Amino acid sequence: MTRILRAIGARTVDGIWRMGFAARFFAAILMRSGTSFARFQLTIREIFSTGVLSLIIILVSGFFVGLVLGLQGYETLQRYGSSDALGILVALSLVRELGPVVAGLLFASRAGSALTAEIGLMKTTEQLKAMDMMAVDPIARVVAPRFWGGVISMPLLAALFSTMGVFGAWFIGVVFIGVDDGAFWSQMQASVDFRYDIVNGVIKSVVFGFAVALIAVFEGYDSAPTAEGVSRAITRTVVNSALAILALDFVLTSFMFRGNG
Amino acid sequence: MSVSFPSGDTLVDVSSVDFAYDKRPILSGINLRIPRGKLVAIMGGSGCGKTTLLRLIGGQLRPTGGTITVDGQDLTKLARKDMYALRRRVGMLFQFGALFTDLSVFENVAFPLREHTDLPDDMIRDLVLMKLHAVGLRGAHKLMPNELSGGMARRVALARAVALDPMLIMYDEPFAGLDPISLAVVGQLIRKLNDALGASSIMVTHDVHESLEIVDYIYFLSGGKVVAEGTPDEIRASTDPFVKQFVNAETDGPLPFHFPSGSYRDALMEGRP
Amino acid sequence: MNRTVLDLWVGVFVAVGIAAVLFLALKVGNLASANIGETYRLQANFDNIGGLKPRAPVKSSGVVVGRVTEITFDSSLYVAVVKMDVDKRYSFPRDTFANILTSGLLGEQYIGLEVGGDTEMLKAGDTIAKTQSAVVLEKLISQFMFNKAAESPQAPAQ
Repeated sequence: MTRILRAIGARTVDGIWRMGFAARFFAAILMRSGTSFARFQLTIREIFSTGVLSLIIILVSGFFVGLVLGLQGYETLQRYGSSDALGILVALSLVRELGPVVAGLLFASRAGSALTAEIGLMKTTEQLKAMDMMAVDPIARVVAPRFWGGVISMPLLAALFSTMGVFGAWFIGVVFIGVDDGAFWSQMQASVDFRYDIVNGVIKSVVFGFAVALIAVFEGYDSAPTAEGVSRAITRTVVNSALAILALDFVLTSFMFRGNG
Repeated sequence: MSVSFPSGDTLVDVSSVDFAYDKRPILSGINLRIPRGKLVAIMGGSGCGKTTLLRLIGGQLRPTGGTITVDGQDLTKLARKDMYALRRRVGMLFQFGALFTDLSVFENVAFPLREHTDLPDDMIRDLVLMKLHAVGLRGAHKLMPNELSGGMARRVALARAVALDPMLIMYDEPFAGLDPISLAVVGQLIRKLNDALGASSIMVTHDVHESLEIVDYIYFLSGGKVVAEGTPDEIRASTDPFVKQFVNAETDGPLPFHFPSGSYRDALMEGRP
Repeated sequence: MNRTVLDLWVGVFVAVGIAAVLFLALKVGNLASANIGETYRLQANFDNIGGLKPRAPVKSSGVVVGRVTEITFDSSLYVAVVKMDVDKRYSFPRDTFANILTSGLLGEQYIGLEVGGDTEMLKAGDTIAKTQSAVVLEKLISQFMFNKAAESPQAPAQ
């Protein structure tokens, strides 16, 4: 019994310790971000490897999620004779929730894990230490550009995901099932509010971008410098990012949409 | 080539340095000096604290006691900014090269130049090719690090370490994992670069025979202490049991084969380590 | 290092991403239609607003002419005070009727403006005098049940 309690206690202390370190690390990234913007070429490289290389998976899954939403939404709505509202249903679910959340989860497993692996391997092969010995700050030169690359890519990917989803739903609903094209778009436009729905969705994706990018670079930087350590860090990145996205989504949703129907 | 006892101006001065990881002592009461223009080796078995000592001199670790002075500056009192200013004049070769795997050979060598100078591209190009030529790999500048053999990677890393013409070059196990030919090539390069650049060098290694050929002075480390020192000739002639064990690669002697532990018999009887 | 090709890809990515945001704003959302243009504020008091929410549309003849911005309760008159922003392009006579209507049987509620015949127009800050509260489904049902109950004793006599 005491052994279990002790183990729980040790894990809690360790978790708090890591959280504190992560906070300090976040502050260090922010303070040493000058290089990422003064030499934007560095950040552009990272936008390429996090954003552009995630495009395919985001576009394809967005389209499929849209297809499923279109089918299921139609199936449910036509029971109440309101299949014209398919556009609203699809657009609101995508823009408010599924776009940022699913794109965030995909982003964490595609780009976040790659970031962790890259930084973890650089640590394992002493590249970070070598850089530090060359009087080049690894946080400014390696970590911060990757962090900002992720932060910039994420909202764009989420918007693309939502857009593909709307097209997917339009494709299945209008082209295949035969929902009225005009009703699909006009009902959608009448009920999706720019300020409340779209801006809030973009804010969510920006917050998720910060969370995933921070977790990914932190886990990479904090990984044990062995092959096993790096692989465990990658697992932690994916798991912690998913938890962080879902928890933040709940918090943000309760802030944003309370009482606004 | 090898000069006798170190004399003249001191570049690195390590005086009564202690270091401990989580209260586990690694180094205690280390004293050593690296004179300007000389190539000094720090030797000892694996795990005797050689690499830790190198990290301390590079300022990546802070000693728990004592002082380390590099070019007149006390490392223990330097702020991060001044430490970085100092490190620009220090080159370091890591154990396995630590080349940046996402950059080509050319870009690896160009890295310190791009980071610390505002030189135009064509001048950087000339400098990089010169450094690569010095290590005999000018033809390999387009390759990526994963296309290089261990010896070539080590030489590229060496070119990168000397890209900014440092005053001090540090080598962490430059011979580890090299075949005899690459080993001799790297050894000669270390000596040649030191003399050509007018730099001073510290080399941490356990390769006695190669080191005796090229260095000016040797410190032997064991159990976190300096146990012997001298010029290569003195070392060869030494009657010190530790030095003899090390130079002749005897399995037993003052350097214990076993990690400190309790009685072997007790451990077996008890059924658990 | 192929920097130009890389830049091109990142440029394409950012452009497509921004295009997606614009698509969401203009084609999916209502940035282009309802929110653009200046508005003026009107007010109306209702006995019961039912399920009316802020941001609900204000329609006249089925055309969206504005949005509900704020709903408060006036504790001196015991009525709900609904404030709405109406597009400047449209003006309504002083005796306009404000109804709370429901789109479809279970749809969202909105305010419908029925135009009167007055020659004077409503100005910013005016209160619409004639209002009709929301139809509350429970009330309708209980009324229906009550009528049925009142009718039923006579039924056997027929």
